[in-house]
Amino acid sequence: MLAVWIIIGIVVILAIVFVSTYNGLVGKRNQVKNAWSQIDVQLKRRHDLIPNLVETAKGYMHHERETLEAVTKARNIAQAASSGGVGARAQAESELTSALSRLLVVVERYPDLKANQNFLSLQEELTATENRISFSRQFYNDSVLHYNNKIQMFPSNVVANMTGFKTSEFFEVTAPAEREAPKVSFQ
Amino acid sequence: MWEQIRSNRNKSIILVIGMGLLLFVLGYFLGLLFLDNATGGLIIALIIWVIMSLTAYFQGDSILLSISKARKISREDHPRLYNVVEEMKIASGLEKMPDIYIIDDPALNAFATGRDIKHASVAITSGLLQKLNRDELQGVIAHEISHIKNRDVLLMSMCSVLLGTIVILSWYASRIMLFGGTGRSRRDRSSGGGGAQLIIMLIAIVLMIFAPIFAKLIYFAISRKREYLADASGALYTRYPEGLASALEKISSSEIQVQAANNATAPMYIDNPFRKKGAAQNLSSTHPPTAERIRILRSMSGASYVDYNQAYKNIHNTHSIIPETALTASSGAIPLRSAQSEKEGELDEKKQARETSDVLWRLNEYKTVDCGCGVRLRVPPGYRGTEIKCPRCGSINQLK
Repeated sequence: MLAVWIIIGIVVILAIVFVSTYNGLVGKRNQVKNAWSQIDVQLKRRHDLIPNLVETAKGYMHHERETLEAVTKARNIAQAASSGGVGARAQAESELTSALSRLLVVVERYPDLKANQNFLSLQEELTATENRISFSRQFYNDSVLHYNNKIQMFPSNVVANMTGFKTSEFFEVTAPAEREAPKVSFQ
Repeated sequence: MWEQIRSNRNKSIILVIGMGLLLFVLGYFLGLLFLDNATGGLIIALIIWVIMSLTAYFQGDSILLSISKARKISREDHPRLYNVVEEMKIASGLEKMPDIYIIDDPALNAFATGRDIKHASVAITSGLLQKLNRDELQGVIAHEISHIKNRDVLLMSMCSVLLGTIVILSWYASRIMLFGGTGRSRRDRSSGGGGAQLIIMLIAIVLMIFAPIFAKLIYFAISRKREYLADASGALYTRYPEGLASALEKISSSEIQVQAANNATAPMYIDNPFRKKGAAQNLSSTHPPTAERIRILRSMSGASYVDYNQAYKNIHNTHSIIPETALTASSGAIPLRSAQSEKEGELDEKKQARETSDVLWRLNEYKTVDCGCGVRLRVPPGYRGTEIKCPRCGSINQLK
């Protein structure tokens, strides 16, 4: 009789551990999703800002068609990649970041453009967005790290394998030169 | 991130329960002494505690903010501050943007308040806002957001309510005893007292003296622990512990005290608002020594909790300060980043001072008119005319 009770007790404890681990995993997965949507919001914001920025810059920068076109192209590629996976998207976005930073370096040669109020406010907005992108990426990667650790570490990995949790991909900037947001200066 | 909150809560809750027990024991013996009835004492202690808790829970943040004369600002008022708070909100994964307040005070300090993450606010003194560059401001805001994220605000306000109840009970009891005598002792004279009464009286006196002291020590211990943790989380969110370290350095070198700070609000601030120095400072302070906090931050080799814990251990040669669960959950190296300030085109201190004072004038409903001669006119809210004469060049400016 006693043995039956002990077995029942063990089963109950295991069930409780299982359920709470499962719920913990779900919570972590939701956090990753939530963090991803944060990045998404900021990246979309950047996509929306760029056409205006390019349009304003065009009027002043007659000799920089290539740079401007590269930004527009990178932006369109990045926007097309929006529906893709994390890795493809990170790749496209980091190319956009480097195209933008090239543009903002060139801008320094055009004092008239830098005096344009509209351009200045767009540039400021862009810098703020770049910062927000990098912090939302940081939070996303932190969340993914915790989630993946949970999935791979004992004992939660047992539950994760049984219930089909999959590790998430980091949002990584590939080239080391592109780790930094474009250098923009307020004047 | 969640484990860390949970595990911290467990340890802190044990300490809070200790304080609660202290309150009940005090109530019990004071009841025996004064009312001849232990339950009566318990009920009185409970009533005071419940009223104070409810006030602190629902009104605490607005009381604190109005005592410190804080003014709420929006994005337009101070874009730099707003952006920094928003960045840290994103980095910490808070769901809701906290309200931002500026306190018109030359002292250097900041605090976070609000009962939960949905009703949170960050406040910063105008003095601090003027002194810090962007990285330092980010460090300070990250520290404050960590207090919100780690639920320290609620914990500390509940603790201070317990402490306050114990102090109030002991204070009144000792006054009544000194000047009024106890109900029991009056009756004892006619009926003849026993040894039991004497013991109760002794215990009550001892409790009256020591309960507030013990409660304070527990309170300070909890508070210091939370400060270390907020520093660690702040470093994690910014990836740049140097920002907070250098901000703390600036704060600690200032001699100005926060005008509106008192004992109850002290733990809310980023650094102890009282600048007393003494031998017993370590035990009787709400904040760890600033020099030590700076040293820990500066010796971090990465930005993770593990790195903070390692830096703490190197300095103390003792136990960990970060809960074990948080350490295992965040395994994996997190590199530091480099300074960001140059990128932003650093404002010099003069510009920053002007930026901040502009906000304060505006918040006090002064109108600002820039005269053609370069003079900036401040028009008080009571001014009725539609135009104003410039005192320097004498030209007439229209008020909008």
